[in-house]
Amino acid sequence: MKDKSKEVEVEQKPTVIIETKTANLFYGSFHALKNIDFEAYQNTVTALIGPSGCGKSTFLRLFNRMNDLIDHVNISGKILLNNKNIYDKSIDVDELRKKVGMVFQKPNPFPKSIFENVAYGLRVNGISDSGYIEEKVKTSLQQAALWNEVKDNLKKSAYELSGGQQQRLCIARALAVEPEVLLMDEPASALDPISTSHIEELIFELKKQYTIIIVTHNMQQAGRVSDYTSFFYMGDLIEHGSTKQIFTSPKDVKTQNYITGRFG
Amino acid sequence: MKSKKRFYEFLVFNIFRIISFLVVGLLFVILFFISIRGIGVINWEFLTSMPKEGMTQGGIFPAIVGTFCLMVGSMLFAFPIGVLSGIYTNEYLKESRFKSFLRSMTNNLAGIPSIVFGLFGMALFVNKLHFGDSLIAGSLTLGLLALPVIIRTTEEALKTVDMSLRTGSYALGATKLQTIRRVVFPIAFPNILTGLILSMGRVSGETAPILFTVAAYFLPKLPQSIFDQAMALPYHLYVLTTSGTNMEESRPMAYGTAFVLIMIVLIFNLLANWLRRYFGKKVKM
Ligand SMILES: Nc1ncnc2c1ncn2[C@@H]1O[C@H](COP(=O)(O)OP(=O)(O)OP(=O)(O)O)[C@@H](O)[C@H]1O
Ligand SMILES: [Mg+2]
Repeated sequence: MKDKSKEVEVEQKPTVIIETKTANLFYGSFHALKNIDFEAYQNTVTALIGPSGCGKSTFLRLFNRMNDLIDHVNISGKILLNNKNIYDKSIDVDELRKKVGMVFQKPNPFPKSIFENVAYGLRVNGISDSGYIEEKVKTSLQQAALWNEVKDNLKKSAYELSGGQQQRLCIARALAVEPEVLLMDEPASALDPISTSHIEELIFELKKQYTIIIVTHNMQQAGRVSDYTSFFYMGDLIEHGSTKQIFTSPKDVKTQNYITGRFG
Repeated sequence: MKSKKRFYEFLVFNIFRIISFLVVGLLFVILFFISIRGIGVINWEFLTSMPKEGMTQGGIFPAIVGTFCLMVGSMLFAFPIGVLSGIYTNEYLKESRFKSFLRSMTNNLAGIPSIVFGLFGMALFVNKLHFGDSLIAGSLTLGLLALPVIIRTTEEALKTVDMSLRTGSYALGATKLQTIRRVVFPIAFPNILTGLILSMGRVSGETAPILFTVAAYFLPKLPQSIFDQAMALPYHLYVLTTSGTNMEESRPMAYGTAFVLIMIVLIFNLLANWLRRYFGKKVKM
């Protein structure tokens, strides 16, 4: 057994965590995602890039089934998490969302204390052991690189934090429920450069434990934080590959044009 | 040119100001008018004893108790039902024809004259359900009257809760019910209380709905159960001013009653405002 796991490490064959097979999504009659085949690997960061309205957020929301909350959405194809179709009837959506955490574009802390924000995910999952909750709040805030700034003010309202701190709080909140995958939809777009670099460093740390899919409009950011990059254009996944390959030798001319800033 | 424009701005602004002052002024005139006439008869005996001598002497204690019971009774009925149906329409019901139909019906309900509620309450609660003239019949009738306001304010309060908080909660694996209970409702609650305040004020002063359902002309004892008749302040006021045994002599009693009624509304408003602020502070905005 031990030998085998070593072998895997040596080969560096990535484990597929998330996979889609001919995924299609319609908003009413609007075809927003077209036959998407996609893979994301364990402990890597995949960046989704593409011009506004190409379907990045829609695609991201497939993995925690947030599109279910929107009326008139139709989804087909296979969307797999650890080889299990998450749109299967037997899947409990609330359970799925615990495994697949999400951080939104605009920080959206609850109007509760810093502590309660992080504890929220635990409480709704039926955890009431206050010792465990306290410990988990602490480690989550540490993971999100916010602990040192807030440790003396955990009772303070989350709304008193700065935008960048609020976003890290939202990351801590997502981490507290111990997800396997972290979805981030332009997590730094509403932030100043310093907060942004905080978040980027954080992503780098977090990928040791999580599989991350991040939407970004910032090419430099995609280049800095991601291992893989997917380029979307008008509902199509045009190109998917290692970030290095996509940025240095894109196969598709559309990808090249987008990356070099000729459209978008 | 410029000074002309300025003058025009100045004029319009001042017209607005004068009108709003007039409105506030009028309110104070009413309060003042009632107070100087009513406050003279207010004393401990007036507040705590039964009416005597054909209602020209004694107090209004049973009417105070009756009104208090009706306020509490109607809210016990209307508040939970109103809030639950507000939550249902805003949080659970998808946009549809049925939903807008429900909305417009709620609005129509709010526009029905209160005497019609009185008649309906008499037909249903007093006669059909055999409650007779009773606190329960009156409370239910007043509750029906208050229901649309409570539903509407609940819906409005829920609508102000940012959608991103709901999605944030779902994304952490919370169910819809958990999201409503732990995030949405606590934020909306202070504003929902406003609905409660408004309807309590309205309920305490309504005469028509209680006329045929609970109100007693003269009943020198307190109600013993919810199936008893009761006196109530607005109806008592009506009786004192229009059909007392000696209207000249009972006039001061009428003003005293009006004064007490206003004070009750005022105290409830203050109390509810305080509650609103208290719960507002618990939500860390
Ligand atoms: N709730 C919805 N109902 C109908 N159409 C929608 C809805 N949400 C998104 N769309 C459409 O689907 C397409 C993809 O939207 P999406 O938000 O996924 O794009 P995006 O790539 O995230 O864009 P951006 O970079 O601006 O965030 C757009 O054309 C958009 O108009
Ligand atoms: Mg988007």
